[in-house]
Amino acid sequence: MLKIDNVTMKFGGVIAANKFNANIKKGQIVGLIGPNGAGKTTIFNVVTGVYKPTEGRVIFNAGDKEHIISGKRPDEIAKLGICRTFQNIRLFKDMSVLDNVFVANHLRIKSNVFSSILRTPGYRKEEKEMLEKSLYLLDRVGLLKERNEKANSLPYGKQRRLEIARALATDPKLLLLDEPAAGMNPQESSELMEFILNIKDEFDLTVFLIEHHMDVVMGICEEIFVLDHGELIAQGDPEAIQNNQRVIEAYLGVE
Amino acid sequence: MTDRLKVERKRILDTNTLILLGVLLAVVLIINFLANDYVKTIANLCGIYVTLGLSMQLINGFTGLFSLGHAGFMAIGAYTVALLTITPENKAMNFFLEPIVPFLENVQWSLLPALLMGGIIAAIFGFLIGAPVLRLTDDYLAIATLGFAEIIRVIFTNTQSLTNGALGLKAIPKYSSILWSWIVAFITILFMIFLMEGSYGKAFKSIKEDEIAARSMGINLFKHKVMSFTFSSFLAGIAGGLMAIHLGTIDPNMFRITLTFNIILIMVLGGIGNINGTVISAVVVTAAMEILRFLDSSINLGFIKIPGIPGMRMVIFSIILMLVVIIRKDRLLKEN
Ligand SMILES: Nc1ncnc2c1ncn2[C@@H]1O[C@H](COP(=O)(O)OP(=O)(O)OP(=O)(O)O)[C@@H](O)[C@H]1O
Ligand SMILES: [Mg+2]
Repeated sequence: MLKIDNVTMKFGGVIAANKFNANIKKGQIVGLIGPNGAGKTTIFNVVTGVYKPTEGRVIFNAGDKEHIISGKRPDEIAKLGICRTFQNIRLFKDMSVLDNVFVANHLRIKSNVFSSILRTPGYRKEEKEMLEKSLYLLDRVGLLKERNEKANSLPYGKQRRLEIARALATDPKLLLLDEPAAGMNPQESSELMEFILNIKDEFDLTVFLIEHHMDVVMGICEEIFVLDHGELIAQGDPEAIQNNQRVIEAYLGVE
Repeated sequence: MTDRLKVERKRILDTNTLILLGVLLAVVLIINFLANDYVKTIANLCGIYVTLGLSMQLINGFTGLFSLGHAGFMAIGAYTVALLTITPENKAMNFFLEPIVPFLENVQWSLLPALLMGGIIAAIFGFLIGAPVLRLTDDYLAIATLGFAEIIRVIFTNTQSLTNGALGLKAIPKYSSILWSWIVAFITILFMIFLMEGSYGKAFKSIKEDEIAARSMGINLFKHKVMSFTFSSFLAGIAGGLMAIHLGTIDPNMFRITLTFNIILIMVLGGIGNINGTVISAVVVTAAMEILRFLDSSINLGFIKIPGIPGMRMVIFSIILMLVVIIRKDRLLKEN
């Protein structure tokens, strides 16, 4: 489904990712781990088009045909079916919780702007469907009650869940989660694991996630990639990763 | 689908808006039929500035783009309306230095199509400036639009056979019942409310809130920014046209950057992203500007005569503005 092919990303002298390769198959939950500053978010930014890789390609295939997505704009990539959440939450702060999710439906709208202003029957029908889907997703993440509040009035944990609901509203096939469990206690992160498994089945998703909570990563990922200083140092199933000497060293900071 | 997930029927026009529109409609009608010419003139200008304030709000308050081109778009609208509505005889009288270009010589449109054409030509210019600038980064939009407005003024000063240059255009038919300005103002208010309540308007807002998040959610930044900017230019063009028929005389020097600043002040005082607030502030600021005009002329208090100080009005006005900004700064900074 997603092929990251020899991707290198440099920022001036900093090599944030070096010749990174990954192949993610449909229906998998894949983890990306590594110490701080390893280049994990950079990989997400390359996949979602925020950065154009210095070298290499990213290829996405959601079953229709192959798209070379490196070099495409983020909105084009979102339309193809890749959506993400942000490590440092990026909600539309002053918009309501409902509008945050509603506006993420906008990319698939068929009515034009004039129909929206005149509220033609065609537009009203579309808007109703968009709202229904948004309410459903808010209910799914447990934020239905808060729908009319401003996004930035929510506590941190709920903002993270709102980010997931917003990403789901774009109808992704591949969902990228950047540290979804950050700031959560063990109870909350085990609920999150449950939730990720559920939405994966319900929406037929492939999930690629960055996480520091090892219980989450080891609990739900079939395959894990480990980055350190931009280099891929290990790849494999949870058990292999847990026993990998280089991974242990990277995490313990042994040179 | 369970009951609690049912989509609530949304009211596009909330109670406050309905009250505001009702009050404005009543006041405008009363003024139109009962008031003297002085009051009518002020009311007329108020209507035009409502449209201008909302046009600025659209691009700046809602989409987060800083544009300084309003005076330029107004100039385009004003000249278009003037050239399309002035009678052929009056055109001949206006263009005594150099004859007018032949294709405009005998045109005489009625007001409504002329106004629309003014808006459309302004929108085309908006698109032509917005598209290349916004494709790169909108950091340059302020500079590009400011430059555009100045260039338009210089061009209009020098195209003698098209705009009559520095002499300006006189004898623009004065359709100006205040109804025209206010019909446009009411349509603009409704346009803005319906636009911003819809999916496209919310996309504009999301761009203002966080561009990176918006484009990651599939919103095409370029398309939506150009759309917003083009609409905004269209409205400014229409308002310029209304200004032309209100004044009856236009010349390039009317359309200076200070005009744009007045509109920005209206927007800021109205509250960034606040439609009702902008309508109120447009009316209050415009009326205050006119009422304070007496400060520029000499004041006779019977026993003492204070000589007029030109510019006094602007000084007083600026002080009032500063006070309002200081008092209301928390409201101004976080709105809607
Ligand atoms: N836009 C940028 N400009 C310059 N350097 C950058 C940029 N983005 C990331 N970097 C650098 O690239 C390296 C990798 O950063 P990245 O954010 O991908 O790390 P990460 O693995 O997500 O870390 P964390 O666990 O802290 O989120 C860091 O050294 C960072 O400073
Ligand atoms: Mg990161």
